Amino acid sequence: MVGIVSYGAYIPKYRIRPAEIGRVWGINGEAYGKSLNINSKSVPAPDEDTATISTEAAKAAMNRVNIKSSEIGAVYVGSESHPYAVKPTATIVAEALDITPYMTAADLEFACKAGTAAIQISMGLVKSKMYNYCMAIGSDTSQGSPGDPLEYSASAGGAAFIIGDEHVIADINYTCSYTTDTPDFWRREGQKYPRHGGRFTGEPAYFKHIIACSNMVFKHQNTKPEDYNYVVLHQPNGKFPYRAAKMLGFRDEQITVGLLTPYIGNTYSGAVMLGTSAVLDIAKPGDRIFVIGFGSGAGCDGFDITVTEEINSFHKEKAPSVKWLVERSVYIDYSIYAKFRNKIILGDG
Amino acid sequence: MSVSRYWREAKSRYMLQGSKCGRCNRLFFPKRSVCPSCKSLSINNIDNFNLSGNGVIDAFTYVHEGLTGFEMQIPYVIAMIKLEEGISITAQVVDIDDNTKVYIGMPVRMVFRKIGEDGKSGMIYYGYKFSPDMANFG
Ligand SMILES: [Zn+2]
Repeated sequence: MVGIVSYGAYIPKYRIRPAEIGRVWGINGEAYGKSLNINSKSVPAPDEDTATISTEAAKAAMNRVNIKSSEIGAVYVGSESHPYAVKPTATIVAEALDITPYMTAADLEFACKAGTAAIQISMGLVKSKMYNYCMAIGSDTSQGSPGDPLEYSASAGGAAFIIGDEHVIADINYTCSYTTDTPDFWRREGQKYPRHGGRFTGEPAYFKHIIACSNMVFKHQNTKPEDYNYVVLHQPNGKFPYRAAKMLGFRDEQITVGLLTPYIGNTYSGAVMLGTSAVLDIAKPGDRIFVIGFGSGAGCDGFDITVTEEINSFHKEKAPSVKWLVERSVYIDYSIYAKFRNKIILGDG
Repeated sequence: MSVSRYWREAKSRYMLQGSKCGRCNRLFFPKRSVCPSCKSLSINNIDNFNLSGNGVIDAFTYVHEGLTGFEMQIPYVIAMIKLEEGISITAQVVDIDDNTKVYIGMPVRMVFRKIGEDGKSGMIYYGYKFSPDMANFG
């Protein structure tokens, strides 16, 4: 069956706390962070971007398996923070992994769900026997406008999945999507920061799409929440996924392993793939994982996943675990954050 | 840096691709097309060779007056790194903060980072740097 052959994660080392962000804007950031269930968010170093994060995640995935780089037929990078407006991130990643030139590549964008879209495209190519292996990456260095509520959550990180149908460590039993045209969040060409519909981002966008897509999976697979060991939902903050999971009938214990937002913030296209990676880090054969990615604009990709026996002989130790990446942290203040994120205007000197 | 030179050297910069003499097995980084030991006998007998990226710091210094484009990273560490294949290279060491004790013999691993950019509208240059964290994630 088509599924995940390998995976790799990357999270930058730096963190900032909501209290520190709030201090600058004159609001109680700590209380705001609590209301979002975010204790800290990851911040990329000045020399890290979506291309470097994607490459490190992809390298981690390759290091865990004996697949020659020339066996990867496609590289797709899903992100809303591609370094270039025109010129693919995917070719940079493919070149850095020696996958070029006999391959195809493209960048995808669907707010926070471009990485799961990359997984679905890869599944199609593998199922149709076009390629043996495809690399699907979800990665972002997202930014919120200074002082905007998004500044407390928008963070950086990414994960790469190798999709194939041999030596699969986790079968993807089923995937489906639920998509509408919903203006809950957007960023216009040439604009540095996104805009959002405020309260509109909750009910008609996140919850409606997550619930609808989840019900599609339950119905098609004839499953119930209790059939799954783990649930990973898109996590724009630390509160929404708990609420959505409860609405669907999942228990809190099913969601905690795959919920990273409280520690690293919202990694956008990286979020659900990093959460799934955290689950795969500890999963056992037979464990079943329910995954729903959400992207504003808006849509959801759902996955019903079962971990296979292959996970026992899989070389997890050849790359950092998500737990290690989350715990590797250096806290910075807002001035260093502003410097790292190019928010300080320099002279032309 | 010119766009064409950057492009020609991309695999060396992105993944430490060097070359290897097929006659005496000597490794080169940067790449060579003629082996200085085997000379003409090595012509057409040198292949690309991807270095592992694992090494140790042989010598290092903190840079307090950075080159253009590195202002945001001062102070940063530049080191001579001895790779496990025996080759020495000079590179920036990242993931260093106030609590990191840099030392000779410190294990490091190659990481892929941004090296610089040609202003706001020009090329973005990527390449190798080294991180002690990534050599020590067990
Ligand atoms: Zn030779």
